[in-house]
Order: sequence, then structure tokens, then C-alpha cells
Amino acid sequence: MSTDPRKLPIHADARHADVPLEEKQRLFDEVVADTRYHDTLYGCYECGICVAACPSARFYDFSPRVFAQTLARKDVHGFYELLVDSVWDCSQCFSCTRCPRQNSPGGLITIMREVAVNNGLQSAKDALAAYSRVIYKVMSTGTQVSPDMLQPDFFPDWGPDVQAVSDNLETWRRAIPTETLHTLELAWDVSEKTRVELFLIWKLTGNFDMIEKIDESSYLILEEIMEELLEEHGYDFDDIESII
Amino acid sequence: MNDSESTPQQKARTKLQVITRKPRKIPERYYKDELLELEAKGEIVVQRIPDTFVEVEARGGRKKKIPTNKLWHHKSCGQCGHIPGYPTSILWMMNQMGVDHLDPRDQTSCTGWNYYASATSNPVAQAAVAVRNFVQAERDGYFPLIHCGTSYGHYKEVREELIHHPDIREKLRRVMDKLQMPVVFPEELVHYSEWLHVVRHEVAARQVLDVSDVTIAVHPACHYHKLIPDDAIYDRDVLSGERTAVVTAIAQALGAKVGDYSTWHDCCGFGFRHILVSRDFTRSFATLRKIERIKEEVQADLVLAHDTGCVTTLDKSQFAARGHNRNVGIAVMADCQFAALAMGAHPYKVVQLHWHGVDSRPTLRKMGIDPEAAWKEFEELTAKINAGEVEFLTWGDC
Repeated sequence: MSTDPRKLPIHADARHADVPLEEKQRLFDEVVADTRYHDTLYGCYECGICVAACPSARFYDFSPRVFAQTLARKDVHGFYELLVDSVWDCSQCFSCTRCPRQNSPGGLITIMREVAVNNGLQSAKDALAAYSRVIYKVMSTGTQVSPDMLQPDFFPDWGPDVQAVSDNLETWRRAIPTETLHTLELAWDVSEKTRVELFLIWKLTGNFDMIEKIDESSYLILEEIMEELLEEHGYDFDDIESII
Repeated sequence: MNDSESTPQQKARTKLQVITRKPRKIPERYYKDELLELEAKGEIVVQRIPDTFVEVEARGGRKKKIPTNKLWHHKSCGQCGHIPGYPTSILWMMNQMGVDHLDPRDQTSCTGWNYYASATSNPVAQAAVAVRNFVQAERDGYFPLIHCGTSYGHYKEVREELIHHPDIREKLRRVMDKLQMPVVFPEELVHYSEWLHVVRHEVAARQVLDVSDVTIAVHPACHYHKLIPDDAIYDRDVLSGERTAVVTAIAQALGAKVGDYSTWHDCCGFGFRHILVSRDFTRSFATLRKIERIKEEVQADLVLAHDTGCVTTLDKSQFAARGHNRNVGIAVMADCQFAALAMGAHPYKVVQLHWHGVDSRPTLRKMGIDPEAAWKEFEELTAKINAGEVEFLTWGDC
């Protein structure tokens, strides 16, 4: 692809002119190298069915068709523009899979987001800045959404019912007949054995290492929690290496 | 509403419903065949459907077995954490119907909500989380019944990746070896709303409330019928077989009126990441594209959904929209909550409607329930808990 500014594609705006083409190409190649990539993109008619079905397209400057087109054309400048911006606008509902070419723009975006996280891109850190408590919760407990997250400061727009839940949280959790749901910090009572197995999965698959690239504070807290539990169960935390 | 009162849009939709299409050619091979082939090669273990099941048609006409006994509750973190009446209604119904089921502690969430929101994971980790749960279900001797639409969709993706990507399979096997577990995958991925669908006539036979005055709008979950769509159940007698039959069929079996609306296929606006940290988008989509359309076109009393995120989004988004004078204010619950109410479940002890945002009392009254009296009963119970007289509510109290 030409680096002549006069020949740059329409999505290569001035904001990212300082990023070398080689770096954009490296990230693009990482996306294409993903084993799932060729299951998500078969070409594009530009019919716009994906855009018509897409919820994000109605409220953001976002188009699943542009993702399919940009990647199919190997437009690395346009790709980089999408990677550091609108990739985080996707709703991941996969309404776009009604594509007549069997493309999955949502699937492409899943891969692109993983590359953004794995490379610790600042745009990914910004997009996930308010999200770190959720990552911490799901990785440390095995359940992502817990009763104690229902607080007015986190959900002020959900109305006074959130305050009522917060005020009565412990009593109302006890007033559920399902025995596994008498919890506050977890969605349900996950056994210790299961948490140990989950922590091993995070370590063995490299999932834990991903967190360091995106949120070092959460990584350090998680490391402490995981190390303590795994060592209680006879594992040497530092000896468990990713096999991916 | 009679025909003379229909809007042009409603008439057009009615006409569309009578269009019939040529039946799709049924493929010769399905996921199950691919899984069994991998099992024959010694790569995986396929957990079989228990002996008690109902066979229905999935998209494209292939037969799908839905187990009705020996069910392992693969719970949803969003349901259990924020709308606990959702799983509790499922468990209560199974207790009433004498179903053998297990609510395990040896279960994690699928972690898919986080994956779709933040991408802070990878395909092998996600497959390992899924398979660890499936191994546990098999060891417990029960078949996984997946409560969450996200988990159901996510596990369909995991299955796709395992079938088509030997590299992912090979890495997964190495991880599971370290955990001293085999790679187990169920013969079918089964969503709880599919179980509710196949037992709907038994539920109706146990119905104690007349719900014929209730008008319902159904919202189907994207990850149920769009993301890898061939698992979803279709029935020629429900919505002409043009849309998935789950949720609509149970509402109809109970005698409720089900209204159609122009944005039926639209997503709810959940967005995974958005519902937690970018709710301006979620709220706008949920209210403008779904709730307002439903209110104008159906005048529904109740929106029924069958997924964690959809119930949360459509319910919680309505409060702030009221501040903008939007035309909102429809109760939202899951199909199983509505069915449990129709079977006589307590609206607060079992169905736990106090965790929902929109006032459901007008709908309860239409069903013949006195919400004030029911709330008083619930408060008497919580007073006992606060006084230390009882530790927990039990099934016996319900």
C-alpha cells in the first residue's frame, strides 16, 4: 500500500499520521493471523444489511460494513483508525450475522479487541477504564455480576429502586429460597475447588497475563488473591506457566 | 383489537405472516455429528441427552432433543446477582413439577459477558471455562441447562471453534490435562427457555391464574436466535415458523395475548460493555427502539424476554427515560417468571419482583394477584430475618 499521503484511504485521518505504517501493519497482521479470522470474513457486497440491523450504527458513527470492507481491502490505515476508536462501540449482539456473504463483523471486532488488549493500546485502556472492577470480579470469583455492585453511585440512572436494594441487600439476599444465592460478593456461592480450577485456567491459558497489559492495578490485586488460594492448595504460583 | 382498528403497519405485518416459504433443505450433518466424530477419534467425550426428552424442530427443520429431567442448572451471574427471581422461578417450577435437578456450587459463569465487553480473554481460556463446567455436570450425572442467553450463544461459539479449529482443540486439551479433566461437550446446547417451551402444556395444566387480560410483547435474545442461529427452536404453528417459537409459545399456551411490533428483531441495546459503563447508548436504544415501539404498537402490559441482559436492559433503562418524558412504563420480566406467577408462585418470595425497576403491580392485578397483600407477606418474612428469628427463606416458606 502506498504511503503517499495523497493516496491514503478515506479513514486515515491526520490523528494517526504519527503512527508508523509498520506498526499499523503489525497489528493488522496480528488480527489476520488469528485462527478465527477466516471464518468471519468472506467478502462484502456493500449491501448494508449489517448496518440496517446494527444497534450501534443508530447511535454512534459506527458501521459494521466499514469493518468488513476495510479489512477485506487490507486497508491498514483505515484498520488502525477503527482499532483505536469505534471498535469499542460495537454491541456484540451479532445482529450483523444476517450478512448474505456469511460475514461476521461482530466476530472481526472480537478479534480486533483482543489484539488491542494484548498490545496494551491506550485506546483499549481508556475504553475499559471504568470497567476494571468488573474484570476483577469475574476473574477472582468466577461470577461477573454480584449483588454488592447494585449501589446508587454505580447505577444512579436506574432509579430509587437501586437505593432500596442497597439498603436492604443482606436481608433481601437471605429472603431468596435458592440456597446458593445467599451471597453478597458473588452472584452465587462458588465452591473453593471450582475457584482453584478457574485460577489454574486463567494462568495456563495466558488470560491472567493479558490483564497486566491493560490494568496493572487489577493485575496486582488478582495476583495476590490467586497466589494465596493456589498455594493453599499445593500449587507453586510462579511455576504455573501459560501453555498457549 | 379488531381488524378495523388496525394501523396500516399492523395490517402489513399481518399480511406478511401468511407468506409461506419453501422449506429449507435440511443439511445432512449437524454439530452433533461433528462432535460424535471427534469422540470417535478419542479427542472429546460427548455427554448424551438423558433418557427423558422432547424432540422439537430447530431452525432448518432438524430435530433437537430437549431434556426434561436430570438437569444441571448452569446459572447466570447477571440473573443470580441482580434479578434473582429469574433462576428462582425456574427452580420453583421444577420443584412443583417433580423434575430431578441440581443447583451446583461447582459452577462458574461462562465469563462471556466480560469477554464480549472487554475482550480480556482468549478462545482457549473461554473454551476451558466452558468445558470445566461441562465436566462437572457430567461428573454430577446431570445435563447442563443453560440459564443465560449470553452463555448459550457463547458456548455455541466455543463449540464452533472446537469443531473447526484443531489448534484450539489441541491447546484446550493440554489445559484440561493439567486440570486432570477430559474434554467434555454436551450433545446439544439447551437453553432453559427451550425446556420451558417443551413443557409449556404441562405448565398450562398447572396454571391457577387467568392471564387472558394480559397483553404481552416478546423480545427474543440476539445470542439465542442470531448468533449461530441453527440451534434455535422454530414451530410452524407459532409465528408461522418465521421467528423463533420460544417465549411466544409459552405465553400463548398460558392464554395471554401476544402482540406483534415492528422492531421485534432488534437487539435490546445491552451491549455488554455499554450496560455497565456507557449506558447512554443502552438507554437510548432500549427505550426508543423497543419500549416506545411496543407501547405505541401493542399497548402491552408486559414485555417478556428470555435472557439476563435483555431483562436488565429493558427494565432498568426506563427510569431515566421518564425524566425525558419518553413514552415508557411497561413491566419487564422473564418468561419463566411469568409462567411461575401463572402457576401460583409468590410474586416476591419466589418471583422476587422487588429487584426489578418498573412497577409490575398493575400487571399483577390484571393477573388476579393482590400485590400489596403479597408485599405485606414478604415484609413479615424480612422482619423475622432482621429480628434473627429465621436465618433464610426456604422453599418450605414458599
